[in-house]
Formats: sequence, C-alpha cells, structure tokens
Amino acid sequence: MKQVVLNARKLFANSGGVYIALAVLLAVCSVSNEYFRNPQNLANITRQVSYSGIIALGMTFVIAAGGIDLAVGSLLALAGVLSILSMDLAPGSPALQLALAFATALGVGALGGAVNGVLVGAARIQPFIVTLGTMSIYRSLALYFADAGLVSTGNELYRTATSATFCMISVPALVMVLLTVFFTVVMRSTRFGRHVCAVGSNERVARYAAIPTGRIKFRTYLLAGLLAGLSAFLLGGRLSSISSSGAGLSYELDAIAAVIIGGTAMTGGRASVPGTLAGVLLLGIVSNVLDMWGISVNLQGTVKGLVIIIAVLIQYKRKDS
Amino acid sequence: MALLETRELTKSYDAVAALQAVSLSVESGTVLGLIGENGAGKSTFAKCVTGLIRPTSGEILLEGRPVHGATPAIAGIPQEFNLVEDLTVAENIFLGREPSRFGLLDRKTMCEESRRQLARLQADIDPDAPVSTLSPSGKQMVEIAKAFSCDCRVLLMDEPTTILNPEETKRLFAIMREFRDRGNAIIYISHKLAEVKEICDRIAVFRDGVLVSVDDSEALEPAEMARRMVGRELTRMFPPPSAAVPGEVELEVEHLAALPAVRDVSFTLRRGELLGVAGLAGAGRTELAEAIAGLRKIDSGTVRLAGREVRFRTPAQAVAAGISYLSEDRQGTGILPDFSIEANITLVSLARYCRGGIFDRSAAEEAARNYVARFRIKPRDISAPLRALSGGNQQKVAVARGLDIGPTVFMFDEPTRGVDVAARCEIYEFIRELADSGVACLLISSDMEELLGMCRKIMVMREGQVAGFVEGDLLTEAELMYLAIGVKE
Repeated sequence: MKQVVLNARKLFANSGGVYIALAVLLAVCSVSNEYFRNPQNLANITRQVSYSGIIALGMTFVIAAGGIDLAVGSLLALAGVLSILSMDLAPGSPALQLALAFATALGVGALGGAVNGVLVGAARIQPFIVTLGTMSIYRSLALYFADAGLVSTGNELYRTATSATFCMISVPALVMVLLTVFFTVVMRSTRFGRHVCAVGSNERVARYAAIPTGRIKFRTYLLAGLLAGLSAFLLGGRLSSISSSGAGLSYELDAIAAVIIGGTAMTGGRASVPGTLAGVLLLGIVSNVLDMWGISVNLQGTVKGLVIIIAVLIQYKRKDS
Repeated sequence: MALLETRELTKSYDAVAALQAVSLSVESGTVLGLIGENGAGKSTFAKCVTGLIRPTSGEILLEGRPVHGATPAIAGIPQEFNLVEDLTVAENIFLGREPSRFGLLDRKTMCEESRRQLARLQADIDPDAPVSTLSPSGKQMVEIAKAFSCDCRVLLMDEPTTILNPEETKRLFAIMREFRDRGNAIIYISHKLAEVKEICDRIAVFRDGVLVSVDDSEALEPAEMARRMVGRELTRMFPPPSAAVPGEVELEVEHLAALPAVRDVSFTLRRGELLGVAGLAGAGRTELAEAIAGLRKIDSGTVRLAGREVRFRTPAQAVAAGISYLSEDRQGTGILPDFSIEANITLVSLARYCRGGIFDRSAAEEAARNYVARFRIKPRDISAPLRALSGGNQQKVAVARGLDIGPTVFMFDEPTRGVDVAARCEIYEFIRELADSGVACLLISSDMEELLGMCRKIMVMREGQVAGFVEGDLLTEAELMYLAIGVKE
C-alpha cells in the first residue's frame, strides 16, 4: 500500500498542479451548472478533445526529447484526405474500405512523421524550422488532393465503427484513454522512454552515454505522425468526411498547450503522459463551460491563451523555488 | 588597514549555514589562498564578496568602507565560464562596458585592448574569434583577461587552473604576481594544494562553512593543509602500488589517427594495467579516448580488442564491446543533473534492466543502491537528483555508470577534476581496485602528481602523437614535462 501511494505521488510529482486545477474546475462547474454535470455532456467533452488529445500524447514524446512538432495538424488533414480517397479503391466492400482507410491514415501519418524525423534526427535541422516547413507542405498537399474542398464517403460502417460507444464512452475517447495508459508505461518503464528524457535533458550527455540520439528523436516524430494518422482516421469517421482546409487546424497548438499544462518541460527532459491527458481535459472543459456561459466563440481563444500562460508561469515559479 | 575585510560574514540557506561568521582580512599586495573540501563554503564566500549573492548577516569592508552588492573594485573569475559563446573574444572581454564613440561601438579600441591583455597572458587567441571556437583553456584565458582588464583592486579566482596546463598556469601566476605587486590583492581558491602554497602569501582553511585557520603559507605543508580540510589525518593520498602483474593484451592501438587532434598514436594496454596519459591541453588525449570509445571518427589506423580488430561507428558499439569512457567534462557531457542517481547510474546499461522491453525498476534500484553503498555516495537516497550532489559524489555516480556495463577497458579522463580531497582518495582507490580486478585502465590527467602516484607507466602525448613512454626510475615530473613540451627528444 505504501508503495502504491509513493508511486502515485511520484507519478504526480512533476505535474501535480494540473490535477488539482482539473479537480477544482470539475467541482466548480459541476456544482454551478446542472447541464455540465450531465454525464452525456462529460462524455461529449471527452470525445471532442480526443482527436487533439491523441495527438498530444505523441507531442509529449517529441517535447520530452527537446523537440517540437508543428506539422501534426496539417498531417492529420493530409492523412484524413488520402485515407478517405483510398476508400474509392475498393468500391462495394465496406469492410475492405475501412481497412484501407485505416492503413492509409496510419501509413501517411507514419510517413509524414518519418520525414520530420529524418530531417531532425539525421540531418540535424532545428525541429521548429523542419516542422514549420512540413506543416505548410502537408496542408498544401491535402488541399491539392481534395481540390481545396471536402472529401467524403458514404460508407456507413466507417461512421458506426468510429462512433460506437461503450458505457457512454465513444471509441475515440476510449482510444485516447487506453493510449494514455500505454504511453505512460512506455515513458516511465521502457528504455525508449528514459532515452527520450535523457536526449531532452542534455543531448551531448546522452550521446556520451552511448544513446543513439538521432534515432531516438526520429522515433518521437514517427510516433507523433502515427498518432496524427490515427486521429485523422477517427475524425474522418465522425463526419464521414474530412475538410482539407479545416481539419486539424491549430491542433498542434492545442496539443502543445496540453503537454505544457500537463507538466512536461518545454525544454525537454521531464515528461508526464497522464499530465498531458489532464491538460487535454482541462482545455476541453474550459471551452465547454465558456460555451455554456454563452461567451462568444471568438473570445474563447483568449481564455485558452490565458490558461496556457498561467500554467507555464506556475510551472516555472515552482522550478525556481 | 586591510584592503578587504569581512566581519562575521554569514550565509544561510533554509537554516543551513553555508558560511558561518567568517572574519577574514586581506592586505594589499598579498595573495590569500582559500582551501577546503567541496561544500566547505569557499565559493559561497567568493560569491558574497563579489556581490553575486547577499550575505544573511555580516559586513564586507573595502579599505574600511562597507560594500553592498557588486562593485567594480572587486572582480571575480567564476568556477564555471560566464562567457557568451556567440560573441567574439573582444566583445566578451568588454561585455557590459563596451567603449563607444558617437554612440557606436568602438571595435578598434576593444580589439586593441583585448589583444594587449591576451598578449600579457601570452595566450595565442584572436580577439575577433567567436568564443565558441575556443578550447576550454582558451575560454579560461579569456575569463582571466576579462578580469584583469577591469580596474579592480581585489580579484577572486575560483579554481582558475583546473583546465590549464602547467605552462599556462605558470604564465597565470606571473601575471597574478604582477597584479599583486601593484598594491592589489587576490583571493585564490583551489584544490591544488601545491599551487596554493606556491602562489599564496597566506592560506585560509575552510571546513563546513567555518574558517578553521589562517597561516602564512611558509608555515603550512600540503599534508597539514589536507589534514585541516578534512579534520583528520590523510596519511597517504594514493593507494599503495599494486603487486598484481598485468595479464594479456586487451587493447591494442596502432597508428591511430582521428584528425585533426589525433595524428599518430600506438600503444598497448594489458588486463590489469593502469596506463597514464600525460600531455598539455590540446595534445589530443581526450580526442584519443573519444576515438576509441566510438565518439569520434577514426581516419586511419587500427584498434584491436582482445586480439580482434574493431572499428566502432557509434558509442553504443564500443559500450557493447566493453569499453567505458569517463568524460573529462562532467557538466557538459557526463551527467544529467535533473535525473536521479539511479537513472544516471543505469543510463548506459539500461538494456540490462529490461525484460521483454519493460524496464525492471526494482532491479535497477537494487543495483544503484549497491553502488551507492560501495562508493559511499552521499546522499544515499537514489532518487535524489544529481544537481543536489557535490562534485565528488557526482563523479562517483559517473564512475558507477561506467562500471555498470561490466567493462573490460575503462578510460578515465580527468577523474578527479573539481573533486574534493576525500572523494579524490576514494576515486583513486576505485581505480586501483578496478585495475587489480583485471580491467585494462587508462588514466588521462593533467595532474602530474596524480599520474605519478597512480601509474607505473605513463604515455606522454604531444600534438596528437606519442612523445614517449616513461616508466621506472624516469618517472618524474620533469621527465614528463620535457616530453610534453618537446624540449628533449
């Protein structure tokens, strides 16, 4: 028992603030608003945030290794567009179409992530520059393949498979939660996880410790791309379509925000996967509540921005003391 | 009247006193040495006097007048470099007090003045070169030039010679004496007791934040200094020489070149042998070790390990073959300060603690606890971050990490740099034990006394080549020096 308590404390040590903030926010909103505490509303929030939430899990690894990935939102759009287009290859077989869409989404995501990974890990270009470039490239390719419009599918199986619910929890939300558990273990209890933090903490030291730093960085971008592809597949199923201009727009910023709020150090070296999930939920609840209070959608970005800045401020204050 | 005086100077952190009521005075025209173990309060004292931190209580007087905070009259050369890597040497020397004409930077004056200061140090450094292109000892020279170019009366130097070679140290001492003889004062902090005795007029010993004694340096022998620093007798710095006879050849290096630093090096290293490597800064010793450890590209030549030719393209291959390298730059390439003792120890050998891809935390913690006990690492809590450890304990952690891969070859590069006396003795014992257990050891050091005390055979390098091997009766500082600077062929 004591061990469990100790482990739990360790787990939360880096990011205690976000859990407290989440708990307070949940309590205040539940008490003050009956619509908010409606289980259906909570389930909706979880589903809404799951698309950028899944991306945020990959972003946690990228940032923990000292990088940044600005291209995930555009990559989502590209993977989504190609995935739905690929379904035309197997007309008449909904199941095969679904498999094609899934494989294409993950494949394109992995490829897009691998390109980032090679440029950062092997060519050693600044990740900000690399992913700023590919962000533009992936979005433009998505627009090109979709003629700057919407691609859609009439496959009913796709929609039902990705919007099924278990005990009110939808598939995307379930995927996000299961992946959080999985990646928490990966970050904390595998060689890869520790190497990621070592590279983010000090790349030179990591290199001298015989860690293949380039390969580690490559894998973080590959993972981020893969998860962007998965997110694209789930998002495509929700509306049976993907907008080449709007899908995944600013998801990279939401993901980065969630990671930072969750207690992962912006400079790398220290990471919390469950913290990222808490950050994702926190941002989702904030925008949900703002909706309920009837605050203009246009102002929500301001509130979100403030939440991010305050979270980082608290993080750095704590580090100083 | 003393030029600088402190009265009851105290600095506490959270009720822990790093400095307790230190009353010390320095006369003009003298050099005061400050010695003590790591954590004894020397650097805290220096930071208080230079105004980098505020003392909790007590007074600092300059020529009888109280000083608060930083003043140009008291300058310091910090232990860690305080240089802006992207700026040029001249820009760094004049950082914060740039001369200007009509509102524009006066680069000409900056360069000329910098050149003059560097020339006094006989340092071959271009004032227009970016600091990032300099070697560590070059950077140290820039720090020193920067301090001397200010019109200060009191100069505090914290371990200025750790990365200087004997020749550079000699030049530094000459300049220090010149500065002192103009009626100024120097406070000199160092672990190198022989140097302290050489340059200082008086020597103050600190222990656990308290000033233990102040004596004329003639009256204090290094053995007595060491005794006062640790509070007990250190009868022998070095463990007794080993009776073990070296075994089979483990490492064989032939005409190795890793340009530009290593040009042509050949040597053999037997199991159980401890070969010293001497040389001036820039002789290519670190680069040689890095080339063997797969950290640097080898241009030509061969490396044989237990008779088999190897060529490592990555450090991981070298580690897999059983080669450990303890890097000379603990902060820059050695340890992760934010990682725990356990994570630092198992960083390289992590694969040993993974079962089916999952990290076996309890096995790793068990191993870390064993090292902590064996090496007497403090604190004993293996989850403590490395930044909370003293330099000596950090170094023990780094040694433990190298050991944890089960090496057959262990290359130590400046293993006792910035390490206090007690930990230094312990590290010597570990190295000796390791060699006696049959591991082939290489000891790279700029500390001649250390090499002579530990090794029965020393390879001297000069400009990327082997200048010679010294053993037996020839093992003297003079002989090593001749070979290192190339006076005698």
